[in-house]
Amino acid sequence: MPTFIKRILGLVIIVALLVGVNAWMSRDGLFGFGLPFYYAELLNLTGISIILAVSLNLITGFTGQFSIGHAGFMAVGAYSSVFMTVYYSQAVERALTGIVGATAAQALVFLGIILFGALIAALAGLLVGIPSLRLRGDYLAIVTLGFAEIIRIIILNIDRVGGATGFRGAVAPWEGRPIIPQYANFVWIGGFAVITIVVVYNIVRSDVGRALISIREDELAAEAMGVNTTRYKVIAFVISSAFAGIAGALFGHYRQFLHTNDFQFIRSIEILIMIVLGGMGSITGAVLGAIVITILPELLRKLPGNLIEYRLVIYSALLIVIMLTRPQGVMGAREFGIPWLKRSQKQPEGDKPAGEKGVPIAQQPSSQEVQK
Amino acid sequence: MDTFVQQLINGLNVGAIYALIALGYTMVYGILRLINFAHGDVYMVGAFAGFYIALYAGLAVGGPSMISLMVVLLGAMIIAAIVGMIIERFAYRPVRKYSRMTTLIMAIGVSLLIENIFVAQIGATPRAFPDFLGSQSQMPYRLFGNAAISKAQIVIFLVSIALMLLLQWVVFKTKVGTAMRAVSFNLNSAKLMGINTDAIISLTFAIGSALAAAGGVLTAQYNPNIDPLMGILTGLKAFVAAVLGGIGNIPGAVLGGLLIGAAETFVVGYGQNIGIASTYRDAVAFAILILVLLLRPSGLLGSTVQEKV
Repeated sequence: MPTFIKRILGLVIIVALLVGVNAWMSRDGLFGFGLPFYYAELLNLTGISIILAVSLNLITGFTGQFSIGHAGFMAVGAYSSVFMTVYYSQAVERALTGIVGATAAQALVFLGIILFGALIAALAGLLVGIPSLRLRGDYLAIVTLGFAEIIRIIILNIDRVGGATGFRGAVAPWEGRPIIPQYANFVWIGGFAVITIVVVYNIVRSDVGRALISIREDELAAEAMGVNTTRYKVIAFVISSAFAGIAGALFGHYRQFLHTNDFQFIRSIEILIMIVLGGMGSITGAVLGAIVITILPELLRKLPGNLIEYRLVIYSALLIVIMLTRPQGVMGAREFGIPWLKRSQKQPEGDKPAGEKGVPIAQQPSSQEVQK
Repeated sequence: MDTFVQQLINGLNVGAIYALIALGYTMVYGILRLINFAHGDVYMVGAFAGFYIALYAGLAVGGPSMISLMVVLLGAMIIAAIVGMIIERFAYRPVRKYSRMTTLIMAIGVSLLIENIFVAQIGATPRAFPDFLGSQSQMPYRLFGNAAISKAQIVIFLVSIALMLLLQWVVFKTKVGTAMRAVSFNLNSAKLMGINTDAIISLTFAIGSALAAAGGVLTAQYNPNIDPLMGILTGLKAFVAAVLGGIGNIPGAVLGGLLIGAAETFVVGYGQNIGIASTYRDAVAFAILILVLLLRPSGLLGSTVQEKV
């Protein structure tokens, strides 16, 4: 089968799946079966987590730059996009409705707003990245943390976006929309999750990706080989921030309520935990981590009797146990996929998977090359 | 001028507490290159240890008494030191050989675990720490003009200065201190020289945790509301103080702590005059940190380490 047919087929399947799941989650349900609201919400939040984790993985997993301020960029995306929706999008939407109809107008406006959120978050990333990426290791981590906290406190002091009371809609109702419309549904969230994965996957396999991985492996050596490390680090940082902004925009238009408490230090840490748990430098690992970390606290709600009070104790204890038993993360730097399954069938023993002992998958000869 | 002196006293007071906590961060980082995120929670554990010692030893009802305060302070420091050693032994030592990211996540996990255990056990509502100095009912001492200093503030200053001098003596004048400096200089070489590095690391955690606990009990004399999440923001700011002064550098941590405490108080006191709301209080520590790191990446007193290929 030619590649482009495969790709189109893949696209059709993904779109059908997203629309199907979205219909299943709606109030009417799919063929009479509906998913309870609680699970639907969990699924949507998982999608947003996947965007966050995969985008953070680009900067922390593949480029090796500690960033614990991802929630700050998410906040920038969320607040800037919701700000546009509430105060400026109404007229545009009305005008477009006359031309292409209500549904398409809404979709177009929302797409524009998401891209706006991504743009502002990317700008914030650029602003933070250019000065701070000169720093290394823990210093960079602490500066990104500081920037995220500053962003949060600045937002907290802007009255037009609700300040400390949270952002539900226009502060003075005649100025704009009194409530944030729920534009985002699973088609949007899942769709952008897929886009994030595809984009990051392609970046990592491109020459830019090679440069990023070389920076992670040894920054000095990379620089000596002629890689413009600062430039590539900033590129990775800006792309990563843009996707965090997209996640924020989706979050804001799904939850219909924003509060700076959702973007605290602990939120950045949570995203970091997702990628460390899944395995740094593994996209499938980041997806896995995002799913586990989003769903685990909710699963623990099902604990019997008194144990439920210790839900979060068990959650943090599990985290420690995972770090003690599998410090490189569940996936290490490997990717989970069809080739991986095939290989493990062919060579059940003695086949050291690429990525063990810290050797990243990109430096291993790929299985095709070996066969030649 | 009066307000300036008053703000300075208040600021240095807050700063002394940050400095005590920052010392723990800086010592652990100096030896293990680990940001001990659980340190802020050890500070909280220290405050609660003091609270329960006072409660069960019946010291809380005895009225103002300096001896009770010292008993509580020492007890809290010992308990926190044990907690710190337990954390090091069972959480950090097993992952020491792995990557920095793993140890960082481990530290965060320990921090979350301590917070969640406390929230689950005693709830998130603040407790009132007993006032041993009677400074909440007593008039503060007038200095000159209208500036005043309360008894609690004097005790905080004296105790923290005493503890810092003690630490300085331990690190620079004793055999154990020499071993600590050797380990922070190069762990493997220190091991080759016959130093029991595990014991020294354990001791470092004990000392750092004890200092944090002292900070916790002293803060509670100033602001008696203690709750299980009190360590998060204070811990972060103390860490910022340690980085600001040059992480791994003991006088630097003290300097950083005092600077951040003073800056915070000045923002609250004078910020309105130049258009900065007092709600920016929590941002100021990070803003200073970013500025300093961009101009002097190794902190105020830190030495630059040349990276080798």
